[in-house]
Amino acid sequence: MASESVVASGDRAMRSAPAARSSFLATAWLITRKDLVIEFRSREVVYTTLFFAVSCVLVFAFSFVKEGVAAQDAAAGILWIAIAFSGTLALGRAFERERQNDTLRALMLTPVDRPAVYIGKLAGVLALLAVVEAIVTPLVALMFGAPVLDHALLLAALLAAGTIGFAAVGTLFAAMLIRARSRDVLLPILLYPITIPVIIAGVRGTGVLFQADVDLPMARLWLSILVFFDLVFVTLALWTFEPAMKE
Amino acid sequence: MKKRFAPLLILTAAAFAYAPLAIQRAPYESTMGLVQKIFYFHVPSWMAMFLAATVCGIASAIFLFAGRKSYDRIAVAGAELSVVFGLIGLITGPLWGRKAWGVWWQWDARLTSALVMWLIFVAYLLLRKYGGSGSEKLSAVLALFGMANVPFVYLSVNIWRTVHPKTSVVMTLEPDMGRPFLVCALAFVSLCALMLLTRVQLENRRAELDELFLALED
Repeated sequence: MASESVVASGDRAMRSAPAARSSFLATAWLITRKDLVIEFRSREVVYTTLFFAVSCVLVFAFSFVKEGVAAQDAAAGILWIAIAFSGTLALGRAFERERQNDTLRALMLTPVDRPAVYIGKLAGVLALLAVVEAIVTPLVALMFGAPVLDHALLLAALLAAGTIGFAAVGTLFAAMLIRARSRDVLLPILLYPITIPVIIAGVRGTGVLFQADVDLPMARLWLSILVFFDLVFVTLALWTFEPAMKE
Repeated sequence: MKKRFAPLLILTAAAFAYAPLAIQRAPYESTMGLVQKIFYFHVPSWMAMFLAATVCGIASAIFLFAGRKSYDRIAVAGAELSVVFGLIGLITGPLWGRKAWGVWWQWDARLTSALVMWLIFVAYLLLRKYGGSGSEKLSAVLALFGMANVPFVYLSVNIWRTVHPKTSVVMTLEPDMGRPFLVCALAFVSLCALMLLTRVQLENRRAELDELFLALED
């Protein structure tokens, strides 16, 4: 239902906006807003993903805590595992919604730039994961005594850059897997090997920030690797989205 | 195709027949002794793997952007061979590592990036097998992402540490070791090319059969 109204309003946006760039961003924003409105009404994905992320933290806490004390460097790893696992879940659910009523096909039939559709979906997924991270990060800080506030800006930048890299690949693959059989199993199988650099850089960078004596140049180095990774993978995704989604 | 097949087959057979003799005659390495001889199969199998992976990546790009179905069949063949030769490399490596480092596996730049690259090609094959129709495009995208991924993994773990011998080892080999190495490299690369040709031929035959079947149904 929501997609149909977006199709109409997307068309209107195309006609009313004269400049190509503003119509690109307007289309992307329409798709993001559509996803956020649907999510805001049901809150299905955000609640289930959040609960899953918290359970992940608990499960890993049991394997890394000995005699009441968490193993060193465990916090950074657990945080990123929770993000990666719940991110996969959110991606799967976000696109399952588009599959059920075949609304992704409707989106693909709209006379707009394909990359704009991709950016719109990506922004929706990122907003969801931001909510999850905003709750899981303080939780990890609380339970493992991780000093998240000491370099809050750098930590936020690492989380943002890592999530963008993870979601950029994930959105592309989840969109393409809509037509495939056994898509639930295939998404993590394809996503984890490809996003290993994000996980490595994220865990190492966050781990540096959680140490007793923080090595700031090292954390910045990992951040720059993450940003570089984001640039390459978003470009590659924008480039391949159009030919890949053609039927 | 058939013209290229026979000479390649003879070349591969000859190189593989001569390889054990050449390896046996090569001198023992001063510190590691016998176990160093794994090197003559380990490095060439990775060379064959990179050849197959490059073929897969380039063929995937052509398939994705030019839409030529025949290149998709080359990409599948390349991915399958990458997994096979990568597996040989992943088995021979730890055998040597156990002797040289005392452990089967090290979380080292080269080892991790090789494992990740191998996993990407396994994922590619899983997608082809279980993804159903329409997964050709996605697997082409996966191969492209996989190609872009390798330098990143390499770089990110390299900041960590590396214990694997450098590639420059191959260039600075003693002539007595270099000659057997060349024979083995030739054997593996020509075997890879031979299997690639055969596999592409098989895929082409399958595609022809599918077309004939569809024509018959109509």
